[in-house]
Amino acid sequence: MSIPTQAARQIPVAEIVFWLVLAAGFWLWPSYLPLASQVLIAGLFALSLDLVLGYAGIVSLGHAAYFGVGAYAAGVLASHGWGEPFSGLLLAAVCAGATGFITSFLVVRGKDLTRLMVTTGIGLLLFELANRLTDVTGGNDGLLGMEMRPLLGTFRFDMYGKVAYGYSLAVTFVLFLLMRRVVNSPFGLSLRGIRDNPGRMLALGYPVHRRLIAMYTLASVYAGIAGALLAQTTQFVGTDVLSFNRSAELMVMLIVGGTGMLYGGLVGAAVFMVAHHYLSDLNPSYWQFWLGAFLIAIVMFGRDGVLGACLRLMRAWRVRAQKAALES
Amino acid sequence: MFKHHLKLLASTAALLLAANASAQAPLKIGMVVETSGAFADFGMQMMNGARAYMKAHGDTVAGRKVELIVKDTTGVPDVAKRVAQELVTNDKVDFLAGFGLTPSALAVAPLATEAKKPMIVMNAAASVITTRSPYIARVSFTLPQVTAPMATWALRNGIKKVYTLVADYGPGIDAETQFKKTFTAGGGQIVGDVRTPMRNPEFAPFLQRIKDARPQAVFVFLPAGEQAVGFMKGFAERELDKAGIKLIATGDVTEDGVIDAMGDAPLGVITTQHYSVAHDSAENKAFLKAYAEVAGTKQRANFMAVGAWDGMAAMYEVARRLNGNIDGDKAMEVLKGMKIDSPRGPLTIDPATRDPIETIYVRKVEKAKDGKLYNVEFDQFQNVKDPTK
Repeated sequence: MSIPTQAARQIPVAEIVFWLVLAAGFWLWPSYLPLASQVLIAGLFALSLDLVLGYAGIVSLGHAAYFGVGAYAAGVLASHGWGEPFSGLLLAAVCAGATGFITSFLVVRGKDLTRLMVTTGIGLLLFELANRLTDVTGGNDGLLGMEMRPLLGTFRFDMYGKVAYGYSLAVTFVLFLLMRRVVNSPFGLSLRGIRDNPGRMLALGYPVHRRLIAMYTLASVYAGIAGALLAQTTQFVGTDVLSFNRSAELMVMLIVGGTGMLYGGLVGAAVFMVAHHYLSDLNPSYWQFWLGAFLIAIVMFGRDGVLGACLRLMRAWRVRAQKAALES
Repeated sequence: MFKHHLKLLASTAALLLAANASAQAPLKIGMVVETSGAFADFGMQMMNGARAYMKAHGDTVAGRKVELIVKDTTGVPDVAKRVAQELVTNDKVDFLAGFGLTPSALAVAPLATEAKKPMIVMNAAASVITTRSPYIARVSFTLPQVTAPMATWALRNGIKKVYTLVADYGPGIDAETQFKKTFTAGGGQIVGDVRTPMRNPEFAPFLQRIKDARPQAVFVFLPAGEQAVGFMKGFAERELDKAGIKLIATGDVTEDGVIDAMGDAPLGVITTQHYSVAHDSAENKAFLKAYAEVAGTKQRANFMAVGAWDGMAAMYEVARRLNGNIDGDKAMEVLKGMKIDSPRGPLTIDPATRDPIETIYVRKVEKAKDGKLYNVEFDQFQNVKDPTK
């Protein structure tokens, strides 16, 4: 077996192609840029969940909490007259990170089921808070008057979604590179160890709780930035950014894509949202049935998600090709 | 030579035909509505209302065939914004319409301004919406608009002490604020208020508290649907009516779509709103007939379907007045001050605020000959404007 750190140093061609295709999105799917940028944002959000679920083994059904905190942070900043996008991202990262750090102590304590309940609870609490604090959040009606300034002082957010797409892609790419480094670092490897056998890791002398708290905080920062991106590109924030539904859909996206495989979140978000978009256009009333059927089919055929299934198919194909080469 | 001329003639003819065809391009209306999730009913009502209008008035106006493109927001504002973007940039719609929920309308407002697309709000009721873009016109109602007349009517009919109960979210708080304002300004007294949670509310303790406070009436605002049904059941079980406490509310509580699910509990409840299926007019009969043809008779039409019907009427009129060439600014000029013979009664789009000016009816729930419950109108306030603007 190869050591993951070495594998990480050589970047496979497939990965380069993946990002090049995304960059070529401006020409490949020019009329679907608003959808594509929301896919990227959902993908980034799914990466965040992957950090805690796929790499640290913490199940969470309240991840929208940090997404929402980020969205509101960026939204409130922009609605108070400071619409510079990057400072919004920074503020969102700080606020979501702080919220994540504080709540991580509650989350990390328990085991799977308690964690599920605690994270759900945190999500519901923050949702209710946003609903109540109408002076800050606009409550149920949503936050009004977000005015975004042009990106880097030159690119105005346009209705075709070009700038939004470029912006989301750049931010997602940078954060992805960072995540890649983190999960393949000794820190990331220790977390995988904790995921698979926390007792053993504790016995080996690893500070299990502290590592989990660090990872959870990092994931919250990611979620916050994703939320801020959505707020800034939509130029609106409603209480639904904190909704349970958003957390649950996120979980579905990640599982559809595949957990603990870096690209699972991005692939899952793309599959889920494109299917959603296509089916709801076919029939705006009953599309959920088909989406449900589609998701069940995916999970039936690939237990480890779309990405896992693809990798397995590729491996099988390679083995067969090798065999054929040997026989001839 | 002759051949050359013929060719020229043929190509000119082809060009002319092509030009003519483009003038006959369909009139596209992009409907941004909720057709799945908790608010799917909103979208169904609006979709059916719009289709009913096309059924009754034909699907061609000013020489252009009307094409309805429906997109689901799932009740989420960022999805609403995205689908609206697609409608504008890909489908090149002439109008944006629909909008059951306030956040969706607010999220799309800046897009209407940027794209200069007329945006017809068929339901969403927060007062602030029309101020967010000069391209928005509303044909539904605003919550303060239906709430203020309830307070006025109560005062006129000897009710001086009222307890208020509203759902704890934006519209509920708006309704509470407006009711208190109008009621206390007219000399009434609020003896208590309570805001009930949005999730799984249990009304029994609140109702007991109200019963103990002995007001003359309780004013209620709850979102149409399950909550209203739950409240009505509790109200009957706790026998507040027998304690002499009247129930007054906005029309959402006894909304036409759900009133049948409430048993006999709502009999005698007094509400104010702009539309009831029991409204007696030729326009309403035509509307109900067309609605039944499109949607069947299983589900009753409600005020949202009427909003969509009137929205279509407004867009048809704009198309006629502009000879089928829809320009955002010109369309808004036509919409300002437009009068519509609505199934609800006369409706004018206020030229100053682009909000509806309409009659608000006072209704009482009664059982009709067919054994079903209806909101029967018995008093009215004419030409009511949004009191907050």
